[in-house]
Amino acid sequence: MHYVILGAGPAGVTAAETIRQKDRNGRITLIGGEPEPPYSRMAIPYLLHGDIEERGTYLRQKPDHYDSLCIEYRHGRAGGIDSRRKELYLSGSDPVAYDKLLIATGASPVIPKMSGSNLDGVVNCWTLADARAILKRADKGAPVVLVGAGFIGSIVLEALYQRGCDLTVVEIAPRMVARMMDDTAGGMLARWCREKGVKVHTGTKVNAIRQTGSNGGATLAVDLSNGQAIPAQLVVLAAGVKSNTGFLVGSGVKVNWGIQVNPFLETSAPDVFAAGDCCEAVDISTGKPDMLAIQPVAVEHGRLAGLNMAGTKTPHRGSLNMNVLDTMGLISSSFGLWQGKPEGQTAKLIDEDNFKYLKLNFEGDRLIGAQSVGLTDHVGMLRGLIQTGFRLGGWKDKLIASPERLREAYIAVAQGAPIGGPTGPHVNTPIAKAAA
Amino acid sequence: MLKALVIDPGKCTGCKQCEMACSYENEGEFNVAKSRIRVFDFHEQGKMVPYTCTQCAEAWCQQACPVNAITTDPLSLVKVVHENLCVGCKVCTIACPFGTINYNASTGKVTKCDLCQGNPACSDACPTGAITFQDIEQTGFDKMKVWAAQAAAGSPDAPGAKAPVAKH
Ligand SMILES: Cc1cc2nc3c(=O)[nH]c(=O)nc-3n(C[C@H](O)[C@H](O)[C@H](O)COP(=O)(O)OP(=O)(O)OC[C@H]3O[C@@H](n4cnc5c(N)ncnc54)[C@H](O)[C@@H]3O)c2cc1C
Repeated sequence: MHYVILGAGPAGVTAAETIRQKDRNGRITLIGGEPEPPYSRMAIPYLLHGDIEERGTYLRQKPDHYDSLCIEYRHGRAGGIDSRRKELYLSGSDPVAYDKLLIATGASPVIPKMSGSNLDGVVNCWTLADARAILKRADKGAPVVLVGAGFIGSIVLEALYQRGCDLTVVEIAPRMVARMMDDTAGGMLARWCREKGVKVHTGTKVNAIRQTGSNGGATLAVDLSNGQAIPAQLVVLAAGVKSNTGFLVGSGVKVNWGIQVNPFLETSAPDVFAAGDCCEAVDISTGKPDMLAIQPVAVEHGRLAGLNMAGTKTPHRGSLNMNVLDTMGLISSSFGLWQGKPEGQTAKLIDEDNFKYLKLNFEGDRLIGAQSVGLTDHVGMLRGLIQTGFRLGGWKDKLIASPERLREAYIAVAQGAPIGGPTGPHVNTPIAKAAA
Repeated sequence: MLKALVIDPGKCTGCKQCEMACSYENEGEFNVAKSRIRVFDFHEQGKMVPYTCTQCAEAWCQQACPVNAITTDPLSLVKVVHENLCVGCKVCTIACPFGTINYNASTGKVTKCDLCQGNPACSDACPTGAITFQDIEQTGFDKMKVWAAQAAAGSPDAPGAKAPVAKH
């Protein structure tokens, strides 16, 4: 049996390791599209901080990790697959024959349509190569423009701030982290950033980036829709991502926003599976397929795909969307249906002066989503309550009266602990059932 | 023989000796806010519940870590955070559905209970036997059955009426 895993991010690496646990003898080939050992994109901001070196971003530390598991790690860029012949085509090398193939090619940044996005000094923050390009220009005091203040943009913002850059952030949406939190939380974040000296322009579009000269300092100018032109030595683009599926055209693998999969993470082509940022699997909150481009979901998919590929049939029950963000010391998080449901009740605690916010969204007496600013203690309990769908009973009204009693409510209703099993930690999924 | 913390909230008086001992052992200061075990106070029912990490067999925190900074000690099966590898991204803190791995702003890293490398200060400090460190007699499957029974029996009207939180 030859298992081929295309993509060596968290989804691909987890799948390869899982297959090895289940199949001692099968041949496993793990193919990465970048020259480095498998690494974690989400560690890049800490490389930019200067907290870690490049090797600190590697998914596994031991240099012989893959060898020791008899996982053949190699480099290659996929140009296409033929799912009838069961062959994968890599540029510049012979076709790779597979028995089972996992596509775990992740996503890539979307480059906003505007002139100047290809100029020297305009970079993404997505790969280690991007990080090196940023490090070359993001000096202390250097004028830097960040395009996009979504979740990833805001993480990059923190890294650039830590480097001491003179930072301007431009976001087309009316608030920061618009797809993770509401106006109250987004407003708090923007106010916090401004108090720290970061210039934040929300509801503003970048019209163009121009070259302004070549002698030292700012060589670029960023023209905004509000008429301002911001000088910059570096422009970082973080304006959204799209899944890497271009090479699948004509392959028989169906793609919507991401690769379509069934609950076993199988694509429409036989023996071809997909996992991570490149695919759209079930969101536990809605019961519908969606691209939840976050690390924990990539790992979850990778694990389940690995089990299914190795013959341990295990359906995916859906993943919970969740994010945590540290913005210059202000920590925020969001979980599940953070916007709530129109007919559902909510509990809210807002303390603008102290940058504290907690919003809990209920459906009946279950928690279905939450947002928080300035809460770190036991914050995982929010996930616990949402994902298990524990009925809050009388605690719902207590929480509506005093949302800060969240931890008490959790302890009171949760009692026992979900225990790990062969497919990772198990929990009830009444939310998905309710939605189905 | 594997050992685990066994918590019997019925015996807890809320004295917080466990929190003091934990923060002193692990942080070098008496600061209950930094304790990895917490006592929750249900005044309405006059009940105290000590609460800490259950050392999941397949830990959510560990699976979520992007840089493999949480590993399983091969002998005790305890989940340990390696501070030299932890980048402080906090993904584990939202991934752990028990909320028992938390961010420590003063170190920029996360912390969780690691059973004090096999000698938990909290159980030593507990004067009433509410927290004990015992051999685990139940298998994972037994634990799962217990949990499933509790989840199924959970009464919406009187949640919290039953006792143990971290009973292994
Ligand atoms: C700066 C930054 C910060 C982030 N912060 C967070 C965070 O705080 N929390 C969070 O949950 N998530 C965060 N993320 C998102 C997280 O990193 C991704 O969700 C995760 O990496 C997805 O894993 P994956 O394995 O699906 O894909 P990736 O990690 O993208 O891996 C894809 C792999 O496929 C390879 N590949 C791509 N195309 C091809 C091809 N044609 N041929 C061969 N190989 C190919 C790539 O080289 C790579 O090896 C962050 C991302 C970035 C960029």
